[in-house]
Amino acid sequence: MLGLGADRLRADMNRLLALLFHQGVLDEQFLQLQQLQDETSPNFVSEVVNIYFHESEKLLRNLRGLLMDREFSDYKKMGIHLNQFMGSSSSIGAKRVRNVCVAFRAASEQNNRAGCLRALELVEHEYCYLKNKLHELFQLEQQRVLAAGVRYPIQN
Amino acid sequence: MFSSIAHYLHYKSLPLHSFPPPLYKYWKQIPHPFLDMGSVAGEFVRHVLPEKVGVSDHSAAGSEELHVLAVDDSHVDRKVIERLLKISSCKVTAVESGTRALQFLGLDGEENSVGFDGLKVNLIMTDYSMPGMTGYELLKKIKESKAFRKIPVVIMSSENILTRIDRCLEEGAEEFIVKPVKLSDVRRLRDFIMRGEGEENRKKGNHKRKLQDDYSISPPLSPAASLDCEISSLLLPSSSSSSPECPSKRPRLWVED
Repeated sequence: MLGLGADRLRADMNRLLALLFHQGVLDEQFLQLQQLQDETSPNFVSEVVNIYFHESEKLLRNLRGLLMDREFSDYKKMGIHLNQFMGSSSSIGAKRVRNVCVAFRAASEQNNRAGCLRALELVEHEYCYLKNKLHELFQLEQQRVLAAGVRYPIQN
Repeated sequence: MFSSIAHYLHYKSLPLHSFPPPLYKYWKQIPHPFLDMGSVAGEFVRHVLPEKVGVSDHSAAGSEELHVLAVDDSHVDRKVIERLLKISSCKVTAVESGTRALQFLGLDGEENSVGFDGLKVNLIMTDYSMPGMTGYELLKKIKESKAFRKIPVVIMSSENILTRIDRCLEEGAEEFIVKPVKLSDVRRLRDFIMRGEGEENRKKGNHKRKLQDDYSISPPLSPAASLDCEISSLLLPSSSSSSPECPSKRPRLWVED
């Protein structure tokens, strides 16, 4: 009876991951990150992802701040924040987030403020979805690790 | 624990076209001698992931650990490249800017070049777009310095812009890697440098490859159609396994084997 909970949790995790891949939320770069996780660096994925969340929230705040300014005109500065955000999104395999950023960048290159605002909303939406799902994934992982550590009394 | 996901996906028989397009990038990275066109479907998913790095991969030939200086303003990317390098048995120094990189190398004009033997750098990997000094500017400064111009410099960028790639290669960059950087990229670089053939190939001019991939880096918004297209073009028999037309940004030396 050892680890039954752990197996089920692992199945749940795999199901969630498969769903996220199928939805195009994550791509193979996320798998690459998982491959870099091992006993010497057991929390690598969540560490990187947490850095990503931290960086991204700053960048998203900056983007929103720039666009909400009535006299906004510094598309170049916005482009820089956007490129940084796109870069780190692709580095963790956040495919859908990165894709909506492409639309954002297009609007930015056309100096289309309204288009940028719409795109930003889309980006924020995708980012929120990603963050929720990844939190769910990491929670499952934590539970799985705990469950795998549970010892049942052996009966002769 | 996570490596099972690939098998899970495969054996759940998700239709091939539902995989996000960039997955096939891995297939193209496989050196031609190993690519078995005959069993495409099965090999596709198997080769999607680089093989897991086992402990045995650490250079038993060992005291020779490459020291890599990684330069990137993104904290996420620094963390990833650091891990990629460590898992490939390299020592890493990761800095956040070109300025810091020059400081580390002792090229910032300060009287500091004493005692750098212990910190010898075998490879510099730098992001292209950074605030302040770009990776290109850093590359130029390194190539202008007598002490460090022999160190191979690799440029990384999330943008696949041909003029940018050309410029970097012309300035002496060893290679231009389109992000995200993968384990296979790092291992290939490490092998290349360890083999120490860099010098000779540089003279022959063989290694400077342009990125001529015929797929677009920014994922198209209709994955299914373009993936089918790309897959079918890959399935066509290639003229030869070591075709010079091989669309690749890898150094030719890869194909020589």
